[in-house]
Amino acid sequence: MPDALDFEQPLLELETRLATLQAQEDSPRLREEITKLEERLERQRQKTYASLTPWQRTQLARHPKRPHARDYIRVLFDDFIELHGDRLYGDDAAIVSGLARFEGQGVVVIGHQKGRDTREKIARNFGMPHPEGYRKALRLMQLAEKFGKPVLTFIDTPGAYPGLGAEERGQAEAIARNLREMAGLRTPIVAVVTGEGGSGGALAIGMGNRVLMLEYAIYSVISPEGCAAILWGDAARAPDAAESMKITAPDLVRLGVIDAIVPEPVGGAHRDWDGAAAHLRAALRSHLGDLASKSGDALVAERYEKFRRMGAFEEASRPRAGL
Amino acid sequence: MAWFKRKTDGSEGKASRVHIAEGLWIKCDSCKEIIYRAEVERAGRVCPKCNYPFRISARERITLLADPGSYEERDTTLETTDPLAFKDTKKYRDRVRAAMQKTRADEAVVCGLARIGGLPAVLCVFEFGFLGGSMGSVVGEKLTRAIELAIDKHVPVVIVSASGGARMQEGILSLMQMAKTSAALQRLGERRLPYVSVLTDPTTGGVTASFAMLGDVIMAEPRALIGFAGPRVIAETIRQPLPEGFQRSEFLLEHGQLDLIVDRRDLKETLRRILAFFADQPSQPG
Repeated sequence: MPDALDFEQPLLELETRLATLQAQEDSPRLREEITKLEERLERQRQKTYASLTPWQRTQLARHPKRPHARDYIRVLFDDFIELHGDRLYGDDAAIVSGLARFEGQGVVVIGHQKGRDTREKIARNFGMPHPEGYRKALRLMQLAEKFGKPVLTFIDTPGAYPGLGAEERGQAEAIARNLREMAGLRTPIVAVVTGEGGSGGALAIGMGNRVLMLEYAIYSVISPEGCAAILWGDAARAPDAAESMKITAPDLVRLGVIDAIVPEPVGGAHRDWDGAAAHLRAALRSHLGDLASKSGDALVAERYEKFRRMGAFEEASRPRAGL
Repeated sequence: MAWFKRKTDGSEGKASRVHIAEGLWIKCDSCKEIIYRAEVERAGRVCPKCNYPFRISARERITLLADPGSYEERDTTLETTDPLAFKDTKKYRDRVRAAMQKTRADEAVVCGLARIGGLPAVLCVFEFGFLGGSMGSVVGEKLTRAIELAIDKHVPVVIVSASGGARMQEGILSLMQMAKTSAALQRLGERRLPYVSVLTDPTTGGVTASFAMLGDVIMAEPRALIGFAGPRVIAETIRQPLPEGFQRSEFLLEHGQLDLIVDRRDLKETLRRILAFFADQPSQPG
């Protein structure tokens, strides 16, 4: 299987053997073998996925077969109407956005979109938005606010694109403006990190009243490769950087950055898209339900307090330095 | 991503692009002219030959901008708890301690109340010598408290940025300071209190992508490097040489990203005039 990760190999070998046995003519002895192999596979699965390293989780988060925003949109929503463009410069295909219905309720959906095959990856710039992508997202969020619809965002990006045009057109300003405007948005925002939460490019659609993370998603201030290149001058030490930076969903719960982890099917979302979507549906239903009755003022105040608390510092009794 | 191409291995001490040789004369790194040190210092450390503004410390900046004796520093007691227990070649806590000793600042931003040409304001100034002016939890908290102080006192905010961006050693919590400071500015704006952002060399990464680009007025010193991604990251990504002057103040002005570029020697007076405008004060200093 070409897309298998290193640590998935032993599982896939067992699965292949199991499939071979299952294809044989039925016999009591064969059935016994199959049961034994199934048990072994289950044990191996539990063992592998109970002890994933941060780097292995990073690989899962970036898995080429992992469901992307459009895949979740297709399964979770009815009547999706994609809306394009920032009304200023262009339409950024690295972000998809539009109107949809979630269990009958109108919502505005925004997500990074990475692209599946080579041609689509290039068209979508590997999910790395330009400023126009963020400005489109903001336009849609303001549309949601105007008409009292909740905003759902799906985060899955290596980061905002570092390029000439992006800088010329104000990449930093576009991200900054989204942070400020999301802070004041008088409608519920639920953000879900579904894959890679790459730094400011992720946060720019991530200031939710609730921020959720899929079990094997990652969320970090810089990519493990980028961090390793700076610390050790060697991007190949990314696994060490992934460890040091605390980028996994359980880490982010501990650090108080996310509210909940959305479980994935055994083996990861790429093994079972419908299973992954079902978990996500349940989580969205519950969090949207909690937020539905809150006023605009309450939503803004809660969002402010949520981000206001983030950080890790202590206060000494006297000045540490000073001018 | 990739806001941190600047190594934080002690090279942050060489922030100034001028080599301060011992003695009366120094050499400008921009125009290479030998210049008289006292003349440079009198001019707020701007090269008298080519007008290049050298990088200066937070302390020097505050002396330039705040009326003498007016600066009341705030929140000097905060310390990182090193939430990731981060260690690369050195422990993060040791890096912070070394930066404190070197800069005599408690963190990478100095915040306080000031008068600028007689007008009250909250004035926050980045100390680039402190781990590259990077923003971790303490910087985010200090800025947020400063903005909340401005709301409480009903005064404007001036932030002078000089930063490589978010601080890698505090991981995701550094990223969240972008959200926290931007949210505080949203509140400031709701109260109709002005915020002037002053960008100095260099302002990049998560600082640019949050409060630095959110000013009601955004000004920059000449020739400052200002951008989201660092130039090296961009060059590596697009595999092309970057155009002359890319990501410098003049480039940003031309592309509509800045309101104005101000010579350091005019900075205080320009700030005063802007603050006076928003305060509906007479345009001449009282």
